[in-house]
Amino acid sequence: MMKSVKYILAGILFGIIMSKSEAISWYRIQEMFRFQSFHMFGIIGTAVITGVIAVWLMKKMKSHDIEGNPISFTDKQKAWRRYLFGGTIFGLGWALTGACPGPVFVLLGQGYLVMIVVIIGSLLGTFVYGLLKNRLPH
Amino acid sequence: MLELIKQPWPWYTSGLAISFIMVILVFFGKSFGFSSNLRTMCSMLGAGKWVSFFNFDWKAQRWNLLFLIGSVIGGFISANWLQSDAPLNLSQATIDDLQKLNIPFDGNIVPSALFSWDFVATGKGLLIFLGGGFLIGFGTRYAGGCTSGHAISGLSNLQVPSLIAVIGFFIGGLVMTHLIFPLIF
Repeated sequence: MMKSVKYILAGILFGIIMSKSEAISWYRIQEMFRFQSFHMFGIIGTAVITGVIAVWLMKKMKSHDIEGNPISFTDKQKAWRRYLFGGTIFGLGWALTGACPGPVFVLLGQGYLVMIVVIIGSLLGTFVYGLLKNRLPH
Repeated sequence: MLELIKQPWPWYTSGLAISFIMVILVFFGKSFGFSSNLRTMCSMLGAGKWVSFFNFDWKAQRWNLLFLIGSVIGGFISANWLQSDAPLNLSQATIDDLQKLNIPFDGNIVPSALFSWDFVATGKGLLIFLGGGFLIGFGTRYAGGCTSGHAISGLSNLQVPSLIAVIGFFIGGLVMTHLIFPLIF
C-alpha cells in the first residue's frame, strides 16, 4: 500500500509545483516562445543546472535507491532524426495547446475539463506513431 | 507557511522543486518521464492487439500512472486552496502581441475564452485541441520523451540526444508561435 502511495504523493507534489511555477500556463508558454520574459528559461535553467549536479553527485557517491539497488542512469539511444523530427512535432503541439503532457493532466485537475479533448488527441497521436513507427526515420 | 506557498513562486524556487521531483523518482528506482503514460494508456485500452509497439508489460508502468493521478489531484489542490489572488504577471509585450491575435489577457493561468467548451464547439477550437494533442502524442513518442524525459532527466544526465530533442521542441514552438499562430488566430 505504502509502495503505491508514495508515487501518488510525488505526483501531487508535481501537480502543485507545475501549478505554482506557472509552467502550466498557456500565456507563459507564449511568452517563452516570444522570448519576452526570463521566467520559463529561469525555471528550466535552474532545474537543469541543479539536476546535472544532483545526477553527478548520485553517480559519484554510488547512491542506492530506497530498495537498496544501485542507482543507474541509462543512456539515450544514439541517433538524431527521431529526436529532431519528433521533438519538432511535439514543439508544435506544445505551443499550440500551451501544455506539455504533464501540465495537460495538471490543468485537467485545475478544472479545465476541455483538456480531455487534448488527452484524446494525444492518445490518438501516440497510437498513430505506434502504427507508423517502422516506416519513420529514426 | 500556507501564505508563502500561495504566492506566485520565483523561477529559481520552481526550477529547484522540479529537479527535486526528478531526484525523488530516481531514489524510488524510477525515472522522471511523463509522456510514457500515453503509451501505457494506449496499451491499457487494448492497442497491443493491433500494434506490437503497445504489446508490452504495461503493469511495470503502474507507478507512473499513479504519479499521473497524483498530478491531477495536485492541480485540483492548487486551484482550490493554493491560488494567489494576484493576476498572472505576464509581460506587457506578450499581452500586446496576443491582443493583436484577438486573444485577450484575462489574468488567469490560461485564456478562459479558449479553454472552454464554447470554444471547442466552434470546430476551430476542437481542431486546435484535438490536433494539438495529436502533435503532442505523436511527437513525444517519436522523440522518446517530452519536457520531463528529455529537458529535465536527459539534460541532467548530459545526454546529447536530449539536447537535440530540446532544440526540436523550440524549432516546433517557434514555428507554431511566429508562423502558424497568425494564420489560425
